[in-house]
Formats: sequence, structure tokens, C-alpha cells
Amino acid sequence: MTALGKLDRANLNGGQKLAVKYFTVAIALFGAQILFGLLAGLQYLYPDFLFGILDFSVNRMVHINAMVVWLLFGFLGSVYWLLEDESGVPVVGLGLGNLAFWIFTLAVVVVVLVYLLVQTGVGEQSSIWLINEGREYIEAPRWADIGIVVCVLVFFYNAAATFAKGRYTGIGGVLVLDLIALAGIYLAGMYYTPNISMDQHWWWWVIHLWVEATWEVLVGCLMAYGLIKTLGVRRKIVETWLYIEVALMFGSGILGLGHHYFWIGTPEYWFTIGGFFSALEPIPLVAMVVHAVFDAGHHKLKSTNNPALAWIIAQAFGNFFGAGVWGFMHTLPQINLYTHGTQWTASHGHFAFFGAYVTMVIAYFYLAIQKWRGGVYMSGNLIGAWKWKWALALLHIGMLMMTMAMLISGYEQSQIERAIEGSSWVGYFTAQAHPWFVQGMQWRQIGGWIFAAGFVLLAWDLMTIGRKETRPVRSLTE
Amino acid sequence: MSQDIWWASESFWRKNAIWITAGSFIVLIFLTFDTVDQITAGGKRVPAYSAINHRISYVFDEKRNFQVPVIGVEEPLFGKKLTEQEAAALVSHGKLTTQAKNCMNCHTLLGNGAYYAPDLTKSWLDPSWGSKEVREQQMVEFLMNPQDRLHNGLGRRMPNLGITEPEARATVAFLKWMSSIDTNGFPANFKPIDQEN
Ligand code: HEC
Ligand code: HEM
Ligand code: HEM
Ligand SMILES: [Fe+2]
Repeated sequence: MTALGKLDRANLNGGQKLAVKYFTVAIALFGAQILFGLLAGLQYLYPDFLFGILDFSVNRMVHINAMVVWLLFGFLGSVYWLLEDESGVPVVGLGLGNLAFWIFTLAVVVVVLVYLLVQTGVGEQSSIWLINEGREYIEAPRWADIGIVVCVLVFFYNAAATFAKGRYTGIGGVLVLDLIALAGIYLAGMYYTPNISMDQHWWWWVIHLWVEATWEVLVGCLMAYGLIKTLGVRRKIVETWLYIEVALMFGSGILGLGHHYFWIGTPEYWFTIGGFFSALEPIPLVAMVVHAVFDAGHHKLKSTNNPALAWIIAQAFGNFFGAGVWGFMHTLPQINLYTHGTQWTASHGHFAFFGAYVTMVIAYFYLAIQKWRGGVYMSGNLIGAWKWKWALALLHIGMLMMTMAMLISGYEQSQIERAIEGSSWVGYFTAQAHPWFVQGMQWRQIGGWIFAAGFVLLAWDLMTIGRKETRPVRSLTE
Repeated sequence: MSQDIWWASESFWRKNAIWITAGSFIVLIFLTFDTVDQITAGGKRVPAYSAINHRISYVFDEKRNFQVPVIGVEEPLFGKKLTEQEAAALVSHGKLTTQAKNCMNCHTLLGNGAYYAPDLTKSWLDPSWGSKEVREQQMVEFLMNPQDRLHNGLGRRMPNLGITEPEARATVAFLKWMSSIDTNGFPANFKPIDQEN
């Protein structure tokens, strides 16, 4: 063992060595996401900016694809992180897992280069296979889809085989079942049809059943393990909560899919089913807040890793507000008729992805760096604690500012473009030119710069936190 | 704590999690069969591709209390009546073009996509194309050279995406066909181009 505070891979178990590789790529892609978000945002304010070179569509595609991929990398990393600890045995098939990591990373690099350099193709099947599929979030061309599925299957094999060989905890059991669903659902996105209604019907299977069902349960597992690690909460308590969350989340989220089936050609019964079940979706998110806050209070906030715990608590609230409250606000068809496809949606999309998923992955970054440095002290009175606190604050201030700004633009748009003007071409631009809309886009950009500053600080903090620390991690029994 | 109370016990919630998930999923599967059946092209909600041979309008329906598409008199696209197969091939070529050119990362289709440019659900019926007589040609020309046809005071232009003439015509077919889908009244209050004469 090297000195405390020094980065040394010997401090990590096999799964964790792979995890930190995933985390490293994840952070780089997070940076890329922010960069391209800023470019897309600027084009709202200066439409000639990069026009014909990197058009809005290209920037936006890279922005949201980088997000999906870095969050997936974050999740894969997090599962590898806890795998040996939870199961009690070394990862089964780790060599294959490593190979999959390199293939996955290489595929991502090639896909992004094609997005940036080739951008569009001719209207033939070959473009869908080689350049981009043109379907939001899952634009990756078909060859890459297949590669992703193979890599995820390897990952699944690692997880399932390791739990099977060691022990299946409650967390492990939920995780493995959830991963089957997560991978299976992706297949629903891999097909072509000229019928746009059918296309969007299955597209929502992937998008909705990922973010409002399987990803939620995955972060539920990550939260459970995180609370055990940082606070020493008893396993029986977190696992009972986990089952409650699974029951409520799947019970509302699976049929809640119907809130995307109001206007795409699908039958009218989805008004009732989608409206009703999606309106229930905030309930499990309330449960998660209660759980996290109760546990943290019960343990008097005495944690082994303050930054990680802070991000876990941020996750509970961010998930509740971004997904639960912001989602609920536009989920009933009577409202969604006017908010559908406006900046209102973008407001919710940003807040929810940040609140529910970015936060949890960052919490795991902090768990990882602590152990990577030999299990350094990361509780109260930490050296240089201002950095993680300010990173957390700036990222939240930036995100809230963007969210509020887009919400106001979205209000204006649903009134003017949707309700009054009937969503025509002229109606669209009448709304876009309105000062309330324009100001919203300006504040979004300011929020974006603050968010970017928070990211820089976060990256710097992750590189330096605990470096000068000589105290060992606080014991949970203190 | 209260681990002995049945409603707070681990096993009670584990069972619940399994049964509720399985139950919801089974209900979803049943509904999916019905929905997929109803949205297959050629049905009442999602018409056959040969709908592009007809006039498509968007009129208020008293019973349903919102606007619905109506497939009217024969009005073939580009003046050429197509068989069902030809129409399907043309719409498919148009759909592939929208995917390959990434329209959905600027526009919304049926309200889904990006918010940088107008919704295209009823683009075929948009009054800004001028008149019914010039619309088809206007659309083709716009799609092929949008960069020097600015229609708004913001200076926000659509870029040239290298769309060829056959691709542009196919895309117009796709847009015309899309406007015939019954979207339960979305977009509301839309005032279509005048098609009577
Ligand atoms: C880089 C962003 C971008 C991409 C990609 C893009 N558009 Fe556009 N599109 C625009 C903008 C901006 C306008 C508004 C132009 C104006 O008002 O002058 C527009 C206008 C239109 C219009 C007229 C608006 C209306 O309501 O009828 C149509 C039709 C259209 N685009 C179709 C397409 C199709 C089809 C594709 C894909 C092949 C596409 N666009 C790709 C940005 C884009
Ligand atoms: C973490 C969980 C969630 C995430 C990450 C998330 C993310 C998103 C995103 C990105 C979109 C836009 C999709 C697009 O591009 O068209 C969206 C749409 C939507 N979400 Fe969520 N969401 C979450 C949870 C919820 C919940 C719990 C609700 C309801 C209670 C909800 C309701 C909606 C609705 C109604 C839409 C459609 C908006 C429209 O009509 O344009 N979401 N969500
Ligand atoms: C610097 C900060 C950011 C800026 C300036 C920014 C800007 C943008 C812009 C301009 C769009 C296109 C919206 C449109 O179509 O009109 C967008 C879409 C999106 N961004 Fe960001 N973004 C930022 C950070 C983030 C972060 C941190 C997340 C989540 C983790 C995120 C998630 C999304 C999602 C999900 C969409 C698609 C929304 C939808 O379709 O409803 N963005 N962003
Ligand atoms: Fe949803």
C-alpha cells in the first residue's frame, strides 16, 4: 500500500479498476455535452453562429448523445464499482469486461467523429446504418447499436455471473433483473418503419421506459448501496425501501408510458391511462426523498464521505423536483396539448436528467476517488472543501437558472404559439420573437455558463480532493 | 424498528414489487397489441400511404370536440396518382430523408423532437405556402434551397442539407401523408391553408 492520499490503482479491486476507466471517459463526455449545449444555446441568440458549419441539429445531437452515453458509462462504472463488494467475489469475466470497455469507447469516438465530419447522408437505408439514424437520443447508426448491445451483454454477463457465483443481495437481485429490462428495451429502438406513428410509438418505449422505469430503479440500487457506504444504514432498511421504490416506480412508470401517446396517432384511451398512471409517478420519488433524508437525519449526517452524501441528497431532491414536479406539471393531456414540444419540455428534460442521474453519477465519482486515494478522510473539515461545495452550488445554480428560464419561455410559447396561433409557421416565430421568450433564452445561456464553471471546478476538485489528506476515512462506528 | 409489522416488512414489499411489475407489464403488452393494430398504416387513425392521392384537410369535429384530418376528393400529389405500393415507396423515401438529414434535431414531428424550428405535423397545410396551387412546388424549392429563403424576423434560417429533387419530392409526400394522421386534436386551433375552389 502506498501512502494515503496518493492515487494508486492497487487500492482498488478488479471491478473498481474497470469502474474508474468508465468514470474517466464519462467525465470527458460530460465536458463535451456541456460544450455542445453551449454552442446550441448560442445559436438561439445568434442564428448565424456556425451556420452551415456546425448547424444547430449537429450540436444538439452531439449534446444529447454525449449525455446518454456518459450517463450510461457512469452507470456501468458504478455497477462495476459495487459489484465485488456486494457479491463478495471477484468479477467473473473481467478480461472480457475490459475488452468491452475499449470497444465501446472506440465506437463512441468513431460515432462522434462521423456526426461532426459527415453530419448527414442521402435518404437511403445506408445512412441509417452508417451515419445517423435521425431519431432523437438514439441517433447512433445501426452498426453502433449492435456494438452497444454486445458491450452491454458483456456487462450484463459480468454482473449476473458475479452475483451468481458470490451472493445475491437484495440490491444485486433487483439490479440484475433491471439490467435485463434495460438492455431488452433498447432493442425496441432498432428498427425502421416509414410509419411515423409506429416509429414514435416504439421510440418512446426506449426513451420513457429507460428514464422513467429502468434507469430510476438502477439509481435506486445505487442510492441503496451509497447510503450503506456513506452512512452505514442497515441493509434491511435500505433493501425494504428499494422494494417499495421498485413497486411504486414500475407500478406507475410502466403504464405512465401513455403520457407520450396522446398526440402521435395512438388511440384515445391513452388519455385516461397515461394521464392517471403518470400522475402517480411522483409518489416513488417522494418516497426516495423521505428515505434519504430520514436516513441522513437518523445518522446525524455523520458520513464517511461528505461530498458523496451531499450529491446523494441532491439526487433525492433533484429527482423529486425535476422528474416528479416538473414532469407532473405537464403530464395531464389537458395541459400537455399546449405544452407538448415547447421549451417547457426542454425545461423538464434538463432538470430531470440532471436531478435524477447526473447527481448520482457524481456521487459515485466521489466514492471512487476516495478509495482510489487509499481511503482518505472525506468528512467534515476536509482540506479544500470549498471546491466541492462551490462545484455543487454552481452546478445547481446554473441548472436552476436554465430550468426556470426555459420554463418561462415555455409558458409564453404554449400561450402564444400553441393556444392563440395554433402552432403554424408564423405562430411559431411570433412566439419565438416575443421578448419574454428571447429573455428566457438569454438567461438560459447565462445559466449555461455558470453550469460550465461548476463543471470545471468539479473536474478540478475530483483531481485534487484528498491529495494532501493524511487522516484515514472516518469509521462508521465512531 | 418496526420490521415485524407486515406492511413494513421486506418480504411483503418484495412480493409487491414483483407482482405489481409483472401485472403492469402484462397490461402494457395487451394494450400494445391493440395500439399497434390501430396505428398500422391503412387503418382509421393512421391512413394508408395512398392518402397522398387525395385532398387532406383538418376540420373541427363536433362530437370529438377537436379538429380531425379528413381525406377528401382526389388531388394527387404532383398531379400523379400513385398505386398503394408506389405511394408507400415514396413516403418511405421521404421518411428516410428526414432521418438521414436529421430534421428532428431542429423540428418536432407530431410534437416530438427539437424546438429550434416549427412543428411539421401540419406543415403540408400551413397557410404560409401561399396558395394550394403553388404549394407543392414551393415546398420542393424550399427544401432544396432553404438557406436563402428566410421567412422570419429573427434571421433563423434552415441550412442547405444537400437535399436532391427526388428526395425533396419524397419528403413532401411524407409531410402530406403525416398531416393525415389522427392526432387527437394536436395541434389545436390550427388554421389550415384554403383548399376549396
Ligand atoms: C439546422 C436546423 C434545421 C434542420 C436540420 C431542418 N430544418 Fe427545416 N427549418 C429550420 C428553420 C430554422 C426553419 C424556419 C425557416 C424560416 O422561417 O425562414 C425551417 C423551416 C422548415 C419548413 C417550413 C416550416 C413549416 O412550418 O412548414 C419545413 C417544411 C421544413 N423546415 C422541413 C424540414 C425537413 C423536412 C427537414 C429535414 C430534411 C428539415 N426541415 C431540417 C431549421 C431546420
Ligand atoms: C428521471 C426521470 C425523468 C427524465 C430523465 C425525464 C426526461 C424527459 C425528457 C428528456 C423529455 C423530452 C423528450 C423529448 O425529447 O421529446 C421528457 C418528456 C416528458 N416527461 Fe419526463 N422525464 C422524467 C420523468 C418524468 C415524470 C416522473 C413525469 C410525469 C410525472 C414526466 C413527464 C413527461 C412528459 C409528460 C413529457 C412529454 C413532454 C411533451 O409532451 O413534450 N417525466 N421527459
Ligand atoms: C451548459 C449547459 C447546457 C446548455 C447551454 C444546454 C443547452 C441545450 C439546448 C440549446 C438544447 C436544445 C433544446 C431545443 O431543442 O430547443 C438542449 C437540449 C437538451 N439538453 Fe441541454 N444544455 C446544457 C446542459 C445540459 C445538461 C447538464 C443536461 C442533462 C444532464 C442536458 C440535457 C438536455 C436534454 C435532455 C435535451 C433535450 C431536451 C428535449 O428534447 O426536451 N443539457 N440543451
Ligand atoms: Fe415519460
